[in-house]
This record gives sequence, structure tokens and C-alpha cells, in this order.
Amino acid sequence: MGIDIRLPIGLMFTIIGLLLAGYGLLGDASIYQRSLGINVNLVWGGVLTLFGIVMLLMGRKRPAG
Amino acid sequence: MNLTFIDWSIMLLYFVFVLGIGFALKRFMKTSNDFFLAGRSIPAWVCGLAFISANLGAQEVIGMAASGAKYGIATSHFYWVGAIPAMIFVGLFMMPFYYGSRARSVPEYLRLRFDEKTRGFNAISFALMTVFSSGISMYAMARLLGTLHVFDAPFQQLGLPASWIFHVSILTAAIIVLLYIFLGGLTSAIYNEVLQFFLIVAGFLPLVWLGLRNVGGWEGIKQKLPAAYTHSWAGMGSPETNLLGVEWFGLVMGLGFVLSFGYWCTDFLVVQRAMAADSMSSARRTPQIAALPKMFIPFLVILPGLIAVALPRTDVTPAAVIDTAQPGVAAAMQAGQGLIPAKIDPSTGQVKVDKDGRPELDYDLAIPQMLLHYFPTGILGLGLTALLASFMSGMAGNVTAFNTVWTYDIYQSYIKKGASDAHYLLVGRLTTIFGVAASVLAAYLATKFNNIMDMLQLVFAFVNAPLFATFLLGMFWKRTTGHGAFTGLLSGTLAAAMHHGLTISKGALPGIKGGWISILHTYPSEMAQNFWTAIYAWVTCFLITILISVVTKPRPDRELVGLVYSLTEKPQEGHLPWHKKPAVLAIVVAVLTVLLNIIFW
Repeated sequence: MGIDIRLPIGLMFTIIGLLLAGYGLLGDASIYQRSLGINVNLVWGGVLTLFGIVMLLMGRKRPAG
Repeated sequence: MNLTFIDWSIMLLYFVFVLGIGFALKRFMKTSNDFFLAGRSIPAWVCGLAFISANLGAQEVIGMAASGAKYGIATSHFYWVGAIPAMIFVGLFMMPFYYGSRARSVPEYLRLRFDEKTRGFNAISFALMTVFSSGISMYAMARLLGTLHVFDAPFQQLGLPASWIFHVSILTAAIIVLLYIFLGGLTSAIYNEVLQFFLIVAGFLPLVWLGLRNVGGWEGIKQKLPAAYTHSWAGMGSPETNLLGVEWFGLVMGLGFVLSFGYWCTDFLVVQRAMAADSMSSARRTPQIAALPKMFIPFLVILPGLIAVALPRTDVTPAAVIDTAQPGVAAAMQAGQGLIPAKIDPSTGQVKVDKDGRPELDYDLAIPQMLLHYFPTGILGLGLTALLASFMSGMAGNVTAFNTVWTYDIYQSYIKKGASDAHYLLVGRLTTIFGVAASVLAAYLATKFNNIMDMLQLVFAFVNAPLFATFLLGMFWKRTTGHGAFTGLLSGTLAAAMHHGLTISKGALPGIKGGWISILHTYPSEMAQNFWTAIYAWVTCFLITILISVVTKPRPDRELVGLVYSLTEKPQEGHLPWHKKPAVLAIVVAVLTVLLNIIFW
């Protein structure tokens, strides 16, 4: 109905992903002690950005969905 | 808890999108059909994700992690036994009648198949249950936000008293859910459920990843915990040898058949998602599509609980402890296991102990503790937003189901018949306000049980357990009559209450936990008692319905076309490609579920 839900989902995850990845890249690196030394913001932000972009592309391709 | 700008931005972003979807859909809400049934225009995969997301509320995320910490991987029975088989069944065998009869709700199907009184009974009990469930969801959320001290800092800055946090949490959640449903109806709820589903996965998957890495994977959990925690079936021979305290027959019949089919096949909250699908084959595929992610949700919600108890104490840093400043917390962590603290008696400030002198653990804190333990700022905001999303999707599911049942099955049937469609659309919108307000009231009432799961099981046992017998007979035996169905339902519900009143679980006190009439039998666990309550209710309803149906006048065959299996044309799906055939999907789902059961035997 009306809008393809993949577009808002894709947009939201792209923004969240970029926010997280950007923070992971530029922010204080000492906070990652609790996440076993992994920069979880950068890694997971990257994953979410990718997911968001895929959703956006899928939503654009088939507007009827 | 120290949240920073980035955490708040993610949370805010989520609110903006959730409300944005509501606003974007507002202009499409022209008829009551759009508002209550999403215009029957939603693609199968969207319905499928909404189907599980509506059920992925507070009870699921917090409760399943709590059960995972308490009972281990055997909690997966709630999925691989207590959900998937029923989901396959409702899609393949029942959807043709729900969707095909053009009924707008499950109670309305009962009206078409049986009579007014059967519908009335179901509609009213269901409406009450949804308000109650949505209230529990809100209550749990507000309590959790308080425990986690999410809003302490902003409240302090604004100079507001800390005691308002509970009320503000409830009201904020209520207003957001109210707004997006008020604007976009069922479509808005469904779209947001899909968004919430992805958010829940996005928030919890990294938690499981980090946790498993930390404890050394599944093998590490196996080494750190007794065998009973890591086997789902091995100890099910007797209630003494598994942590659930149930034997396999009670589990399979009580949970796997009666409760599970009663919920997934007859509860309008989930069935409504499939009824919004754009075609019959989409409606039949919805539960199968839902079952695919559903069977892996245990890894998302149960594993964190297991990791939380398996984590060695040496790895538990003080930073993870909730609210270290509070008196007694150090003692509670000391007496706890892994990341799970013991409960504190608020009146004495001492650790609570059970009859055997062992500390009682606060399992509901498994997920919050895990979030605080592993997540630094940034992803912590995402984890908290995922929690909020799960609470909201659970609430919204209840509110939309309540809306439809109230407007079509109660208002249109008993209060104002034959009004214009615009009138019912308006009533639906107003009902959203009324439903949310009633849920807020229920939230303030929901305080009795500490394990949310157990409470919901009890309510479902009374109301839902007999229901599936009624539907099974109604759909597959054309001789079933309205009088039979109604009497059966009443006696089933009564049987559930009687059984609960006459039995109790080991160590429980008579009262809300059973035994309020007299104690004829003592079950090894509360879960076993609940499962057997359901079994008694179902059998009673089944037998009484048959008995009364045989002695009352059946409806002529021509009135039952489209409502009963033997009189309804089978759906033609030969033209569909194999991956769109409901039966093929069902087989894939069944095989995968069996494999999972074997792997975690």
C-alpha cells in the first residue's frame, strides 16, 4: 500500500550505519575494552550501512513491492 | 548507564522513522478496509515478518533470555515445538477459511461458521486479553528503563523527579504507538513491525556475536554449564531430569499442541497479519515465511541468557553491574551466577533465598546485563533502541487487533449496526485512543508475577486452550453446531479454571499459583501445571462440543461453503513457481526444524 517499506528501512539503516561507523572511526578507541577489543561500532556500522543500501536498491527496483 | 549523544541520536532516529511511516500512510486511509485490514494489499514477505514481529514483544525478548538463563537451550521448545508446527498448520490448512471466507477478524469467522454468542464470547475475551498484554508490555518496558537508569541523566538535567521516569516511559511509548496506528492503521503497524524486526536483529546479533566469542562459542558454553543446559530433548524422559520440570508428553501435548495451536492458529493478533496479505497464496505463505526466521530467533534471544549464566565470574567487570551505587547490589552480584544478579528483598535489602537457602536469581536481567556488559556507547544506543522496538511492536500488535475486534465484532454488532463506513473508520481511530488508554491502565495493574512468561501462559491456558478444539472441529467437521461450539468453549475455559484451582506446583503457595479450591495433585513445576491445565481444557472442549453438536440441529451444507474443509474448493496453486507454493515452503520449514531439534538434542 502506497509506499515500499524497503525504502524507509533502507534509509534508516543507512543513516544508523553511517553514524555508528563514523563514531567508531573518529571516536575514542579506549571504549572498546568491554567489546573484547573489537571496534564494534565501526564493524557493525559498516554491516548496517551495507544492509541499508541493499534495501534501498531493492526498494527502488521494484516499486510495487 | 552513560549514554552519549550518539546513543540518543539513534533512538531519536528510530522515533522519527516510526512516526514518519504513520504520517506517510495517513493519506491512504480512506475506508475502514484500509484502516483495519490494510486494504488486503500487503506482500507476503512483509506480512510474514510482521507475523513474527508482532509476537516478538517484551515477553519474548526479555522472557526468553530469562528462560534461557534459567532452563538453558530447552527453552527452544517454545519455538521448535511450541510455534513452528502450528505456524505450518495455520498457513496450509486454516488460512483458506480465514482469508477465503472474507471474514474481517477471527471472531467474525466464528460468527459466520457458528453463531452470535460464540463470536461474542471470543470477541470480548480476546479484547480483554489484548489490552492486558499490551499493558504488561508497557509495564515491563517502564520497569526496565528504570532498572537500566536510561533516563536518569536527562531527568536530572531537566530538574524532574526520578519517580516520574516510570510514568513518562509509559506515556511516551503509549503516545508513539497511538500516533502511528491512529494515522496509518494496520498498514502502519505492519510496516513498523517489519522495521522493528530488522532493528531487533540488528541490535541483538552483535550481542550474541561478542558473547559467543567471549565464552568460546557453543563448545565453550557446553564446557562451562551442566549438560542439562545444553540439551533440549535428552532429559525430557522425566520431569526430574530436565530443568523445565516437565515430561515429554506434557510438553508435546500441552505446549506443542494445545497452547501453541491455540495461539498461532486462533489468536487474531497474529492471524490478522496474514489476513492483510494481497492474495490467498500470500496469506497461506505468510506463516511459512514467518517460520523461517522464527526458528532462528532462539539464537538471538535464548543464547544471550545462556551466555549470561555461563560467563565466568572473573570476566564480570564491575562496569557491567547495574546501579553499583545502590545498597545490596554488590551482595546480589556476589550471590548471582555469571552476569545474573540475585534478587534483593526491597524491605530488608538482603538477598532473597528460596526454601533450600539458595539465592533466587533475577533472570529477567539477563538481556539488560548483557547489553551493559558488552556494548560501548554507540552500539549501546542501538541495543536499547532494539529493546524499545520490541516493546512497541508487541504493544502495537495488540492495539491493532483490539481495534478491529472492538469496532467490527463489538461496536458494529452490538452497539451500532448499519452505520456508514466513514463512521466505522472514525470509531476505529477513536478506539485506538481508548485501547491505548486501557493498556496504560493495565500497565499499572500488572505487577503480580515476576516471570512474565509464566503469567502469559496462565492467561492463554484459560482463554486460548479450549479455542483450538472449537476451530479444529468447526473447520474440519461440518456437523459441529453453534450450540456445541459455545458450550464447548465455556466448559473448556471452566475446566481450565477448575484444574488450576485443584492442582499446584511443587513449592508454590495456594492462591494465584493454583490450588485455590483444594489440592488434588502436585505438579513438579509450574510449567507442567500450566501445560496440563491446557490439555484438560482442550479435551473438555473437544468432547463437549462433539456431544452437544450431535444432539443439536446442524446447519445446512450450502450455508457452510467456504467455511468448512469438506465443502470448500481447494486453493489452486499449480501455476505458482515452486518457491511460492505454501506446501513446498512448509516442507522446507519442517525439515529445518527437525534438523535443529536433532543438532541440539
